[in-house]
Amino acid sequence: MMTHYLDIIIRSIFLENLPLSFFLGMCTFLAISKQVKTAAGLGAAVLFIMVITVPINNLILNHVLKPGALTWAGQPDLDLTFLGLLTYIAVIAGVVQILEMFLDRFVPSLYNTLGIFLPLLTVNCAIFGGSLFMVERNYTFGESVAYGFGAGAGFFLAVVCLAGIRERLEYANPPAGLRGLGLTFITTGLIAMAFMGLAGMEISF
Amino acid sequence: MAESKKELLLLSIFQRNPIALLVLGICSALAVTGQMSTAFVMSVCVTLVVAFSNLIISIVRFQIPNSVRIGIQITVIATLVILVDQILKAYSFELSKQLSIYVGLIITNCIVMGRAEGFAMNNPPIPSFIDGLGNGLGYGFILMSVAFVRELLGAGTLFGFEILPLTTNGGWYMRNGMLVLPASAFFLIALIIWILRTFDPEQQEKK
Repeated sequence: MMTHYLDIIIRSIFLENLPLSFFLGMCTFLAISKQVKTAAGLGAAVLFIMVITVPINNLILNHVLKPGALTWAGQPDLDLTFLGLLTYIAVIAGVVQILEMFLDRFVPSLYNTLGIFLPLLTVNCAIFGGSLFMVERNYTFGESVAYGFGAGAGFFLAVVCLAGIRERLEYANPPAGLRGLGLTFITTGLIAMAFMGLAGMEISF
Repeated sequence: MAESKKELLLLSIFQRNPIALLVLGICSALAVTGQMSTAFVMSVCVTLVVAFSNLIISIVRFQIPNSVRIGIQITVIATLVILVDQILKAYSFELSKQLSIYVGLIITNCIVMGRAEGFAMNNPPIPSFIDGLGNGLGYGFILMSVAFVRELLGAGTLFGFEILPLTTNGGWYMRNGMLVLPASAFFLIALIIWILRTFDPEQQEKK
């Protein structure tokens, strides 16, 4: 049983890495990866939000939205799954707001460096995508905790890797048209290929 | 309005392309570009959502209190995306399965949010609608070009029709397996950005 959860975690960190193999959370991923320090702060914020929102959305899905979930309220035939998208985004927006207030109060330096990208985490596709994958793959509550953690950790790892490389690339001298964004894309592509080398890895005891 | 409607439409396709210049909305841009058909459907969905969310938000822009505008924008966008999602599920279930979560992810597509916040909040409905249309088309333009290369060279087909006969089927074309992998999309977008910026040096980043 433990290995099953471990498998989900490893799989979501390395094999199904959200930014590198599903391209989720790209906007923040590219914009905030100029320095390792800010990248790590943002990565930690994403990890934190995902660990909380994926399980919460799982509970909401199973106990409110699914057909038959509202039997206790006398509505056995009610199917609210079409409201899913709206509900998940509302939960995420709420958690982001709380995190923002928390950072503002206790870690103001990180709050200032993250700037606009903190509220924008609401519309970060990685976080939202995490919840949607959870729905699509029918994870149980325990699995969704593991998945939230693994997916967040995968984002953290990828963004810190990219930031480390970009810090060095500051001194490179690429063609003018490729400077900045273009080069970042190529770097990301190379990291993605490196991660692909881990494909086929499996946990078995 | 300083710009005519035609300029508004064309500018956002090339000079102000949301993906290449503003780096918005790449999340989904890369993921659905393995095949022309998914890229096409995705472009249509995004164009519809951007155009109509711009239109609606622009109509109600004087009624929206400033402090809760993000929440209202998200609600409008989410409603439109749910509509698109349900229509896709009803009329073309196969495609909606292939696009999987990416249709839902249009909600968090920064292009939609960015245009609502950056353009529709300060402009009348008709120009907003056109701006949305232009941005959707600009997004579609990049999406289709990436998908064209990936499907043609990766699988030898376009929209599922065989163009280059594969060696596995007795043809002459040796499939390029790398283009099927997600990483290739990064390289292709980098190339498109490089080309666009070489022809338009104003877009190049300062040292």
